Amino acid sequence: MCTSFMSELMLGQHQLGTATLVSRGSLTAPTTDTLKAALFLTSATINAATTVYSATGEVSGTGYTAGGVTVTNATAPTSTNSSATAGVAFFTPSASITYTTVTLTTAFDTVLLYNFTQSLKAISVHTFGSQTITAGTFTLTMPSNTTSTALLRLATT
Amino acid sequence: MLVTTTKGDMDESLLEKLEGTVDNDNELTSWVEYWLEGELVHRSAHVTLKKMPVFGGGETASIG
Repeated sequence: MCTSFMSELMLGQHQLGTATLVSRGSLTAPTTDTLKAALFLTSATINAATTVYSATGEVSGTGYTAGGVTVTNATAPTSTNSSATAGVAFFTPSASITYTTVTLTTAFDTVLLYNFTQSLKAISVHTFGSQTITAGTFTLTMPSNTTSTALLRLATT
Repeated sequence: MLVTTTKGDMDESLLEKLEGTVDNDNELTSWVEYWLEGELVHRSAHVTLKKMPVFGGGETASIG
């Protein structure tokens, strides 16, 4: 998880899932932030210190648009406490992230999840085994949205 | 079945198919490749992430 995301949550700079707050984009109606997912080359430096999306080191190729694809963001974050001092807040995008009919010949191994609505602020970085795609589809399937497996988890101890 | 390839849609029967999986602590990945006369004409991959993103060397971000 990107370090900056933690403090930005406390500042109310991200709204994931279904809209509940009258947010920065509207003074009259709730709006949910748009999340995006961008792929990065194995040579790129993308990690927990990443604060915003940048195209530096991003994949390029047929069928891929810089900035990546929009992440389905329909499920609100959930939180639960196991005691007075311990609990978990968690969130998982509600659908797989899919890059359809792309050709990405240079190896990539990282996806950056970021907030497109809020100045491209970074949320999380996920790595996997090096991949290339040829006239095919790359799919990232989301884990189950539970306290122990959700894509994003914030735990108190 | 038609397969999208670098040479347009082709019938699967004309191509050599290779498949594989990677299953470790971090991911479950499956991939499929189609080859035509020694040339890779299609490759897709499907990754299911298992682990939390790296945060300070731990698996879960902690507050408190």
